[in-house]
Amino acid sequence: MNISVLSGKGGTGKTTVATNLAVYLSSKGKNVQYLDYDVEEPNGFIFLKPKIQSVKDVKVRVPKIDSDKCIGCGECSKECRFNALAVINKGVVLFEKLCHNCGLCSLVCKENAITEKQRKIGEIDIGNKERLKVYRGKIDIGEPMGIPIIKELKNYLYKDSINIIDSPPGSSCSVVNTIDDSDYSVVVTEPTIFGLHDLEIAVNVIRQMNIPLGVIINKSGSEDNIIEEYLNSENIELLGKIPFSRDIAKAYSKGELIDNIPLGAFEKVLEKIEMGRL
Amino acid sequence: MKKLVVISGKGGTGKTTITSSLAYLSNGKRIADCDVEAPNLNLLLNNKIIDEKLYVGGSIAKVDESLCIDCGKCREYCRFDAISKEILIDPLKCEGCGTCKYICPKDAIKMEDEETGYIYTSEIEKGNFVYAKLNIGADAAGKVVTEIRKEIDNYSNENDLIIIDGAPGVGCVVIASITNCDMAVIVTEPTQSGLSDLKRIFSLVKQFNIKPYVVINKYDINKDMTREIKNYCKEEGIKNIKKVPFDSVVNKSLKENKTIVEYSDSKACKSIKDIWVDINKKMGGNNYENSNS
Amino acid sequence: MKICLTATDKNLDSKLHSRFGRCDYFLIYDSETKEYYTLENDPNLAHGAGVNAAQRVVDENIDVLITGNLGPNAKEILLKAEIKCYKGEDKELKRNINLFKEDKLSNIC
Repeated sequence: MNISVLSGKGGTGKTTVATNLAVYLSSKGKNVQYLDYDVEEPNGFIFLKPKIQSVKDVKVRVPKIDSDKCIGCGECSKECRFNALAVINKGVVLFEKLCHNCGLCSLVCKENAITEKQRKIGEIDIGNKERLKVYRGKIDIGEPMGIPIIKELKNYLYKDSINIIDSPPGSSCSVVNTIDDSDYSVVVTEPTIFGLHDLEIAVNVIRQMNIPLGVIINKSGSEDNIIEEYLNSENIELLGKIPFSRDIAKAYSKGELIDNIPLGAFEKVLEKIEMGRL
Repeated sequence: MKKLVVISGKGGTGKTTITSSLAYLSNGKRIADCDVEAPNLNLLLNNKIIDEKLYVGGSIAKVDESLCIDCGKCREYCRFDAISKEILIDPLKCEGCGTCKYICPKDAIKMEDEETGYIYTSEIEKGNFVYAKLNIGADAAGKVVTEIRKEIDNYSNENDLIIIDGAPGVGCVVIASITNCDMAVIVTEPTQSGLSDLKRIFSLVKQFNIKPYVVINKYDINKDMTREIKNYCKEEGIKNIKKVPFDSVVNKSLKENKTIVEYSDSKACKSIKDIWVDINKKMGGNNYENSNS
Repeated sequence: MKICLTATDKNLDSKLHSRFGRCDYFLIYDSETKEYYTLENDPNLAHGAGVNAAQRVVDENIDVLITGNLGPNAKEILLKAEIKCYKGEDKELKRNINLFKEDKLSNIC
């Protein structure tokens, strides 16, 4: 079962919720995995401090040009919709970072001069914190496209465990690719106009993909009605609130899990799992 | 034309609070919101839209069912799992590479423009502000940043300073936001995550040869971490490091749709004004100075 | 010698476009015959506009390029194709051609 934790806006407490939820469910005897899909800024391990057991490179396929066979016809460059290839003085110049790894150029080349080679764009760290299995995707700095890492992480989603997925922020293709196999989404928001605005964006993404969802208000305080009014009007379940507190902010800043996190929202998620409602 | 980009690595550090303040302080305002996945600046800038443009991010495959013979070749060659057994294209997964079109023996597949969103040009007091709204699952978000920047360039003169609100992270959107900028203001916070993401974003800024300017926001929340961040900056040879205190007025300002520097008694306001004067000096010129207001 | 300039319009009185990959037109001027022709650029490319533009002007067998800013990918292609690139000024194309002849433009690559 896959439960993704999203936020629309960054910095609302997505990782706080995802890591603490994973630890909570694990402490209740569930078979849990935590997977950090936020490959541009994976921070879950700062809080979980797992023992890392292995590191796997994530590679993508990019064209490899055999200059002996290449006749400089320019067909590959013409067909490539990402303009990752140019043909200069009868030779091919490849721009690896523009390549989307679709493989079209190798099909197009009539001289069979294009094969493929592997290129590293990031890695997956695998470890555990006691019974909790943890995975972290991390993109190499300067690499533009993280989706192949997200897809690779999906190989570790085991059906009979509860997979807590820490999603990237935003609403783009990375988020869509992260949650497309989610059974449930938890959206973390904060009671500000920014929080509301970005919550609406996140809800739109999740609804378009027909995934059931619930919301947690983090840094909750006197302004919660901004969010609550929206949730009521959209008929979205409020799972619970985490109050704004200096203790929590402090624990977070030190990179610690939160001992005294209010468990209301987590209990609701557990109940849903146990009642078979997900 | 000088270009200043505000980025953060990590989300929620106060990037938009700082950008909106710098925008408020600048004369002849040229502002671009390149945080295209979660654009928030328009909530604070009181802007009036004067132009909207359809943005086409890329192309997407379309199957002509009358020609399709269900041979499944397209599905076999698609590397993005975008084609179902029934030969239906999933628009959220289609990468627009055109491999299916190429391989189809019956010419049953066409590539069509994908409407990805809109780019809005607007007027604000003493200037212009450009931002975008993207459809869900939008691809090629880096390109929309390039388009936004092109649009604001069109409204700018030789002596203008363009202020760009960048996106969180280190991926294509961020790369497109910082390309060709003169200085990058990196807003961080005194947390372990803040430091971890600062390190990642700084290596990117270094790769692109952009002058870094680090702002530790809410520095007094954890002074030990602030010290650790300062030490890191010194090791990396980052000379520009400034601090902004935690200020509860920030929340109040958001509620009232204002920038924090409009509350002249607030602690954060004073620090940000000092930063603005300093940035102007470091960017080489008094052209942009308007810090007395 | 064939000189390519990035242009905002299709004649020598138009201004130099400051961006290579996303300019409106390429104007190609032959310094011997003093004749010129233009190519329309596609400014709406989703990906790799610089590479695409560089490929197009290389295919025209030009010797010199005058533009504003050149991205790293385009630079690499033009360098490989041994095309000399110069940073033009925000003025009419004919002014830029004269500046080039007087050796007053600086080299980009």
